[in-house]
Amino acid sequence: MSTSAHAAPVAAPHHGAHGDSGHGHAHHPGLAHHFDDLEQQKDSAVYGMWAFLVQEVMFFGGLFIAYIVYRNLYPDAFAHASNLLNVPLGATNTAILLASSLTMALAVRGGATGSKPTQLIMLVLTIVFGLAFLVVKYFEYAEKFEHHLVPGPTFMSDPAHVSPFFQAHPEEIPHAKIFFFLYFAMTGVHAAHMIVGAGLMAWIFLRAKKGEFVPEHHDALEMSGLYWHFVDIVWIFLFPMIYLLGYHFGGHH
Amino acid sequence: MSAQAVAAPHAKIAAPEHRETYLNYDYSWKSWLFTVDHKRIGILYLLTVAFFVAIGGLFAMMIRAELLTPQGDVLESETYNKIFTMHGAVMIFFFLIPGVPGVLGNFVLPLMIGARDVAFPKLNLLSWYIFVVGGLLTLFVAATGGVDTGWTFYAPYSSTYSNTRVAETAIMVFITGFSSILTGLNFLVTVHTMRAPGMTWFRLPLFIWASYATALINVLATPVLAITVLLLALERIFHIGIFDPKVGGDPILFEHMFWFYSHPAVYIMILPAMGVISELVAAFSRKRIFGYSFVAFSSLAIAVLGFLVWGHHMFVSGQSAYAGLVFSVLTVLIAVPTAVKIFNWTATLYQGSVEFATPFLYVLAFFGLFLIGGVTGLFLAAMGLDIHMHDNYFVVAHFHYVMVGGMVTAFFGGLHYWWPKMFGRMYNELTGKLAALIIFVGFNMTFFPQFIVGYMGMPRRYHAYAPEFQVLNVLSSAGAVVLGTGYLLAAVNLIWSLKFGKVVTEKNPWGATGLEWETQTPPIPHNFEVTPRVTQEAYAYHEMYSGKEAHGVH
Ligand code: HEM
Ligand SMILES: [Cu+2]
Repeated sequence: MSTSAHAAPVAAPHHGAHGDSGHGHAHHPGLAHHFDDLEQQKDSAVYGMWAFLVQEVMFFGGLFIAYIVYRNLYPDAFAHASNLLNVPLGATNTAILLASSLTMALAVRGGATGSKPTQLIMLVLTIVFGLAFLVVKYFEYAEKFEHHLVPGPTFMSDPAHVSPFFQAHPEEIPHAKIFFFLYFAMTGVHAAHMIVGAGLMAWIFLRAKKGEFVPEHHDALEMSGLYWHFVDIVWIFLFPMIYLLGYHFGGHH
Repeated sequence: MSAQAVAAPHAKIAAPEHRETYLNYDYSWKSWLFTVDHKRIGILYLLTVAFFVAIGGLFAMMIRAELLTPQGDVLESETYNKIFTMHGAVMIFFFLIPGVPGVLGNFVLPLMIGARDVAFPKLNLLSWYIFVVGGLLTLFVAATGGVDTGWTFYAPYSSTYSNTRVAETAIMVFITGFSSILTGLNFLVTVHTMRAPGMTWFRLPLFIWASYATALINVLATPVLAITVLLLALERIFHIGIFDPKVGGDPILFEHMFWFYSHPAVYIMILPAMGVISELVAAFSRKRIFGYSFVAFSSLAIAVLGFLVWGHHMFVSGQSAYAGLVFSVLTVLIAVPTAVKIFNWTATLYQGSVEFATPFLYVLAFFGLFLIGGVTGLFLAAMGLDIHMHDNYFVVAHFHYVMVGGMVTAFFGGLHYWWPKMFGRMYNELTGKLAALIIFVGFNMTFFPQFIVGYMGMPRRYHAYAPEFQVLNVLSSAGAVVLGTGYLLAAVNLIWSLKFGKVVTEKNPWGATGLEWETQTPPIPHNFEVTPRVTQEAYAYHEMYSGKEAHGVH
């Protein structure tokens, strides 16, 4: 009675038996020991990455909900505060990220065709675009510091950089503070993802250099690509929501 | 039985005296701290979780000591607030949520589906390390002044007025949350891609369905908590108003975001426990689960509906009455899939050959306690009634019946059930039964009186109370001592067995179905000598016990 009939263990032909007989035949060097074949490994990577991205959507979703709620509570303050953002810089960054998505997709294609030069060139370009985005973001943040638009004790204390609306309605300034708080929280969390992404790409680049990515096995490259595109897409939502909604209100800066 | 013949060749590979198991193949501490074996990670979780239960239990005893008398004489009001906050936070984030998935799930989930490991073994270890970092931060908070907001961290008290370690605790919750997100992600993928050949979705044991549903909630809900507490921490650290109404923030938004996670979180706690109960009910009544697919889908239904009821925590928080009405109705609906499970379990017992072993006593305790917990949840779901009950001891009794009477009872049942597989030793049966009985009696003594004092109007979270509530509070405190004794006895029995318990080498000491009973006891490092091939439904007890026709024939 020590074994149930539920499923008697018998050797499964296409699932390489583990244990004593399992190590006999050659495995693909990229196949981890607990998987049966590359297909199972790849399926796991794909499911895992998508589940992770769903998690990310929920994470950013919390921020988006907060933004929507406050925008709804304080529509005027939010519209006028968003006018204090630097739209040309934001638009530049949007273009940079879109370009990086293209190079990323080409890098993954380089994996699928097994072209190492394509992988390397495209990964370098992706990293360069990613860093360029962060540099632009840095200048944008620095500008906000100089203009006293960072939520804090001296918020909106520089009359040169406070729009007439807030001069006329000082009671709206705390709401502008919420706007800028959300601006920094959302773009900050996004930028943190960009930094992680750039690091990830550097690691993938080193692996590509070793020639690890071949047509039948380049999961890591492909999954990093998914992550990179996701971070781009977040920006594609952030940019119109934060910079452009209500842009026609008040004077442009 | 004839099926043995099929398995026998593997059993001969090593003589029983020096069989290699996942426990003895390497004794070094490094082999434990850097293990990627899901079974060892399960044991690591067991140790950490046990440690935090002890701490949380200590806080509970301090609460019950204070409430022996109506005056606030044992603890200062501020200290009392810190103690109940720590009790709740430690128990929820370090035991109720990770308990079943971290310990039992890690150990049996890959075994049950015939896999060599989870899909991402290194990530699994990382989850444990993240958990430990969160735990260390909790100890740091406790040792350096604590936090007094309650485990719910309501703004603006938490964001502005409390001068305790709110930001640190928020970061602790953030970190610990990622441990459960990653475990959920791992289980989700494992169930999708790591099933043995023949292990179709409808042959999966119900514990797997429950763990899968839980993993979905982990991935979808926990990130929202993460971002919520991150915003709270930022508000605390940089003094920017986002939840504080004084500067235009919206405290109700905090509550919405918090409960959007924390109601689904109660299902993160109970669903895996329900999965354990399904296994135990089948194993100890030697019967196929009645209405397998109903039980399986009720887990998913609970996971989905669980996302739509969070507003029942906010009936009196300033949420609109219309929203309250909708939440009230949806909350009542969620009792349906829950009831489906209870009915199917009891129908399974009907005409089963029921064996009253220790794990099964926990099942019976679960039935009684969880039923009371669930039904009182329905009382609270009625908006009108909840205006009276909210934030009083009736709520406290409700959630202890579901969480302690439900999850903890199932956890103990599961731990006793899989213990021989985990360690190759059997606990003392009589002591085990006695402990289960003491726990059941002690539990009711502790928490039933709280329904009554709550109904009479005793509010929660105060260190002093009106004198007329004293008799029932003394009863509750006495019950807590009985309950604590029961848990200790069960724990001592299990620990004692590691050295003195009867050695178990049989693969299947309970005569249960399930792949985890087809591998060696304790399992070899890679689980199975040969990848199993599944040819039958999950609970084929009928075939197992009545005829030989199905055996070994493929
Ligand atoms: C039939 C199912 C259930 C229903 C209808 C239900 C309903 C409710 C309601 C309406 C409340 C709010 C009471 C108030 O604060 O005024 C509540 C509180 C609570 N419930 Fe349940 N519940 C159910 C199952 C569960 C389960 C399975 C768990 C956990 C495993 C749970 C854990 C809790 C907790 C922790 C609280 C209080 C949170 C707090 O304020 O600290 N409930 N429940
Ligand atoms: Cu709830």
